[in-house]
Amino acid sequence: MSWSSCGSSSICSWSSSSFVPHDPPSKLLKKRSTPSIAQPGWKQRRNYSHNNRGVSKVFGYYGLKNPPYKLDALEPYLSQKTLEVHWGVHHRGYVEALNKQLEKNDRLYGCTMDELIKVSYNNGNPFTEFNNAAQVWNHDFFWESMQPGGGDMPTLGLLQQIEKDFGSFTNFKEKFIEAALTLFGSGWVWLVLKRDAKCLAIVKTSNAINPLVWNDIPIMSLDVWEHSYYLDYRNDKAKYVNTFMNHLVSWNAAAVRMVRAQAFVNLGEPKIPVA
Amino acid sequence: MALRTLLTRKNLANSPMGMLGLRGLQTFSLPDLPYDYGTLEPAISGDIMQLHHQKHHQTYITNYNKALEQLDDAVAKGDASAVVKLQSAIKFNGGGHVNHSIFWKNLAPIREGGGEPPKSSLGWAIDNHFGSLEVLIQKMNAEGAALQGSGWVWLGVDKEFKRLVVETTANQDPLVTKGSNLVPLLGIDVWEHAYYLQYKNVRPDYLKNIWKVINWKYASEVYEKECP
Repeated sequence: MSWSSCGSSSICSWSSSSFVPHDPPSKLLKKRSTPSIAQPGWKQRRNYSHNNRGVSKVFGYYGLKNPPYKLDALEPYLSQKTLEVHWGVHHRGYVEALNKQLEKNDRLYGCTMDELIKVSYNNGNPFTEFNNAAQVWNHDFFWESMQPGGGDMPTLGLLQQIEKDFGSFTNFKEKFIEAALTLFGSGWVWLVLKRDAKCLAIVKTSNAINPLVWNDIPIMSLDVWEHSYYLDYRNDKAKYVNTFMNHLVSWNAAAVRMVRAQAFVNLGEPKIPVA
Repeated sequence: MALRTLLTRKNLANSPMGMLGLRGLQTFSLPDLPYDYGTLEPAISGDIMQLHHQKHHQTYITNYNKALEQLDDAVAKGDASAVVKLQSAIKFNGGGHVNHSIFWKNLAPIREGGGEPPKSSLGWAIDNHFGSLEVLIQKMNAEGAALQGSGWVWLGVDKEFKRLVVETTANQDPLVTKGSNLVPLLGIDVWEHAYYLQYKNVRPDYLKNIWKVINWKYASEVYEKECP
């Protein structure tokens, strides 16, 4: 992946080559354990070393985004305890681990989260940052793929596209559940819009991998790592997956993502007006 | 086939290790634990042991048997693509059965020798190869904690070179997938189901505590068989 797509590449190279801090980095950094800023944060710090050149070193931080509902809002399908541990410990852990890795690594500054994931995936030979970055993104996406009072069916355009690509919503639902139950080990199940094939598809990924690395557009996801259902369902993965489809999945969020995706992927025949 | 007449369909359910199906296909059943579920506390809770044994391991066995039947079918029909398609289910579920069967033998309650350091040839080989038991434990804990997703961390012996190895495998891959000469002495399950109810996401704590109930006697026996 070339660096030309990374908007602030000039800042990246400048900060790593021309700036030599006297004090160890830990002194310059103010450790913040839970920044709640949603966007990748940019902080400019003045250097207070002896040289006092007035040169700033730029740090990129990622924040732990809150789910769009309170932690007990998904009861009785997902308990508050699960959300507290899954979001508050696992997800937060990935964010903090990622920030710690980025402190030491100048190369990867200046990227949006999407770019960071694609770059650190490195075409299948991932850097160490990939796991943390991808898991941060995956969990953000997952919380937003659910809502209290979810389930039921999609409507309008999304439903039409599902019916076109899977035959019927029932068939899609069956296939999705089957995919979740036949995923060996830890991973995620996705409904994606494939850019090249211009259709919806169900995709299973292992561990932290997500469809962004293949340049596809995720529409909805389900976490099938054991930690996402073990406290509430023990080993009954089938019950968890069915509950997700019937009561948790947010077709509203999926519809919004579908609309946005259609700005990038042309799904229909172009309507060329006849003169 | 005198054996056949003895093992009628009704008796099949009671045989301990394998059962002969109608076509001579051997299927598998859940091995009993040589200790009670609660006797590994506080290192591993009784809840986890029960779920792990009765639900997870049983599921692997059930699905393995199912896959074997389907394989038998496909082989009999000469359906090559069906045979190939079944391989991942066999590897996963069969591996799950193999690995967990070893795992139960790797554990023992403290009053039955769990946690007692290895002596004789295995103890000597560990000191020789790693420096000390502590170093080996550190190494296995580090590799186990670093493993992303689900898998196992193993202490194995290369039966050709008579050398100890520490390896990790993903999902339910048995140790042989990392080397056909590798024989597992000790495996630690680092799938989340093995520790989540008790340790949540703090896998390092689970790894630190499990050594208190590790059954080195079994590991020594296997080692002495491979390296007499």
